[in-house]
Amino acid sequence: MISLQKLSKRYGSFTAVDAIDLEVPRGELFGFLGPNGAGKTTTLRMIAGILRPTGGRITIAGVDLARDPVGAKMKLGFIPDRPFIYEKLTGAEFLRFVAGLYDQEGPEVEHRARELLALFDLEPWRDELVESYSHGMRQKLIISSAFVHRPEVIVVDEPMVGLDPKAARILKDLFREYTHRGHTIMMSTHTLEVAETLCDRVAIIAQGTIRACGTMDDLRRSADAGTQGLEQIFLRLTGENAARELVEVLNA
Amino acid sequence: MPDVGVRPDPSFALLLRPKWLTARARAMANERGRTARLAVLGGMTLLFWAFIYAMLHRLLMYFRGVPDLGPFLAGKLLGLILVGFFSILLLSNIITALSSFFLARDLDLLVASPADWLKLYGAKLLETGVNSSWMVALLAIPMFAAFGTAYHGGVLFPLIVAAVFVPFLAVPAVIGSAITLILVNVFPARRTRDILSVIAVLAAGGIVLLFRIVRPERLARPEGFRSLVEFVTILRTPTSPFLPSEWVQRAVLGWLNYRPDWMAVYLLWSTAAAAFVLGALLHRQLYSIGFSKAQESGQRAARSTALGRASHRAFRPLGILKRELVLKEVRLFFRDTTQWSQLILLAVLVVVYVFNIKYLPLRGEGITFFLVNVVPFLNLVLAGFVLASVAARFIFPSVSLEGRTLWLLRSSPMPVRDLLWAKFWVGTTPLLLLALGIVGVTNAMLQVSDFMFTVSVMTITFMTLALCGMALGFGTLFPQFETENAAQIPTSFGGMVFMISSIALIAAVVVLEARPVYGYLSARLYGTPTSMTEMIIGFGAAALLCVAATIVPIGIAQRRLEAVER
Repeated sequence: MISLQKLSKRYGSFTAVDAIDLEVPRGELFGFLGPNGAGKTTTLRMIAGILRPTGGRITIAGVDLARDPVGAKMKLGFIPDRPFIYEKLTGAEFLRFVAGLYDQEGPEVEHRARELLALFDLEPWRDELVESYSHGMRQKLIISSAFVHRPEVIVVDEPMVGLDPKAARILKDLFREYTHRGHTIMMSTHTLEVAETLCDRVAIIAQGTIRACGTMDDLRRSADAGTQGLEQIFLRLTGENAARELVEVLNA
Repeated sequence: MPDVGVRPDPSFALLLRPKWLTARARAMANERGRTARLAVLGGMTLLFWAFIYAMLHRLLMYFRGVPDLGPFLAGKLLGLILVGFFSILLLSNIITALSSFFLARDLDLLVASPADWLKLYGAKLLETGVNSSWMVALLAIPMFAAFGTAYHGGVLFPLIVAAVFVPFLAVPAVIGSAITLILVNVFPARRTRDILSVIAVLAAGGIVLLFRIVRPERLARPEGFRSLVEFVTILRTPTSPFLPSEWVQRAVLGWLNYRPDWMAVYLLWSTAAAAFVLGALLHRQLYSIGFSKAQESGQRAARSTALGRASHRAFRPLGILKRELVLKEVRLFFRDTTQWSQLILLAVLVVVYVFNIKYLPLRGEGITFFLVNVVPFLNLVLAGFVLASVAARFIFPSVSLEGRTLWLLRSSPMPVRDLLWAKFWVGTTPLLLLALGIVGVTNAMLQVSDFMFTVSVMTITFMTLALCGMALGFGTLFPQFETENAAQIPTSFGGMVFMISSIALIAAVVVLEARPVYGYLSARLYGTPTSMTEMIIGFGAAALLCVAATIVPIGIAQRRLEAVER
């Protein structure tokens, strides 16, 4: 469903993403992990068609993003990490607008919008301007907007940021159910527990290259980690064990 | 670790340091084409200064030559300018104080820090004052230079000006901040912003209207008054005896007339000091309550209305995507008070414009058919300039304002072309109505011939389309994605490039049409034959130029926006 071939992104002399190859099949919930600045957001924004790759190829549901950007984007929904949306639209208007961008309207869209707003407890706020929403409410609205046009693929950057425990739980269930229905979700997260319990497969990226990719068992094998959890595997694969001694830091 | 009981207290300089470092980083930024940009900006500033200086100097030299009345006229002129400055400064400080004291992003950090309230007040007051006064200060330089050279102020004159102008800038900063502080304590900050933008625009409109109704140009024509005594009485009356502008006028003119007025200087400094003390006390009492209130959002519902449903139906033929884009543009514009409120100012400007045309002496002896018909042609230049300014304010920033939401548009399957054309039509339609209104009304007032009526209506239509296309194109080529305040975007480098290009376009259109218009008027007056070829070439070339100026910038903007990575 999502196919990345030798995908690269350079900013001047700095290589943010270095020729990565990745296949995410239909119906999979794929986790994308890595330390800050590893290239996760850059990769996801390239898949969403916001950043242009310096090299390589992206295919979404069989459509080449570079050759047919509109066709590829028709199959995609994107949830960014920062909830910037139009402050002067209401929640309902925003969802209607997003559906319109995908050439969808009518009673079915209205029904979906109502259901999504109700799911995230936003129904009482549907006619309020977004400027009066909290950070978490904006995040919930953006998440709803990615589902309102029922895309085949959803790309999500840090979905849990700003969500309360109830909304986080709802989101996990929603992701699970959506992939069970044959759709594909690729998400980046720093919440290792979420990746471990929710994702079918996980890739760990560091310094622009994929260090490991597979199921939890695959990762344990590649990291030679026995029965250790994802946190230990993550730290081992990304070299984060070389952290400073806390005592030295606090005594400074 | 600090000793227990010692209160850490960030210094005043430390509080201002981030602003200073940001400004320095911006100045040192090694952007492509920065030198060229600075050269253009510097050159334009110098040209502007030279123009103001030359005009004013010439006028003052004329006043010097007028026996007895000369000094009064110069004083009256300085008084009027300074009252204007004071009003602008007060309004500007009220608006700026709202963001610097209550809405700025660094406030959470500063208010949560152990910074002393007085230092925080001082730092924010300085920030407010600098942000709202720099333009007035830039304007004042050539003005005082003209007074100094025309009246031989001497080498100490700049020091005297600096000594009176600093407290003159400080007083409105303190008063403006205090007014905002009180308003925020009464309304939530978001509501206050809405109220302030409307008040500011109404006040600015009022000042412009009042200034026109007073008709200050009459002062230069004493013969228009019933008697010389009445004229001199008007000149002698102080513009506003209790305003700092009057004290600056007294101090400056006193120095230039070799009778230094130290009392005026003392009044300025003591008033500034007293205002600061009172402002600080008010800040101490009300700031924490106001800041807390400012964090409250003004909840506003926007339920479906009959008008909304009607517009939904009206735009149905556009198809889903284009209709939603157009509706979004319209909703964002009319729900943002800072945007639509400026329409009030626009209405005032149009009234002033029509008012000026009405008072043009185009009837009576010596006024020929030729002159009456040339005026509407030249009227196009002025109308074009007004339209370019409006396009700079409303259409130029529209792509920049998408900055934070560009992720949505870029990740959706919407073609960038559709977004740009939706923005074009939403901005152009009201502007075209305005243009046709201005030209139609002024032409009717001037009673021009049918030919000139048709020429001016066609020209203004094509010109409006071109100016809007260019505004959108240049706005995309020189985006200000990080700026949240739409009003600041037209004053950027790109805004200036757009205005220069607009003037060039207006000039080119007028030059291309001048020949056929002259040919027609000559034919009417002297019976010479009109040349159809000349007409087709002149009007055709002007129309082609306008069409190209509409389409080409939008095409370039489309490619540019498709390549933007945000």
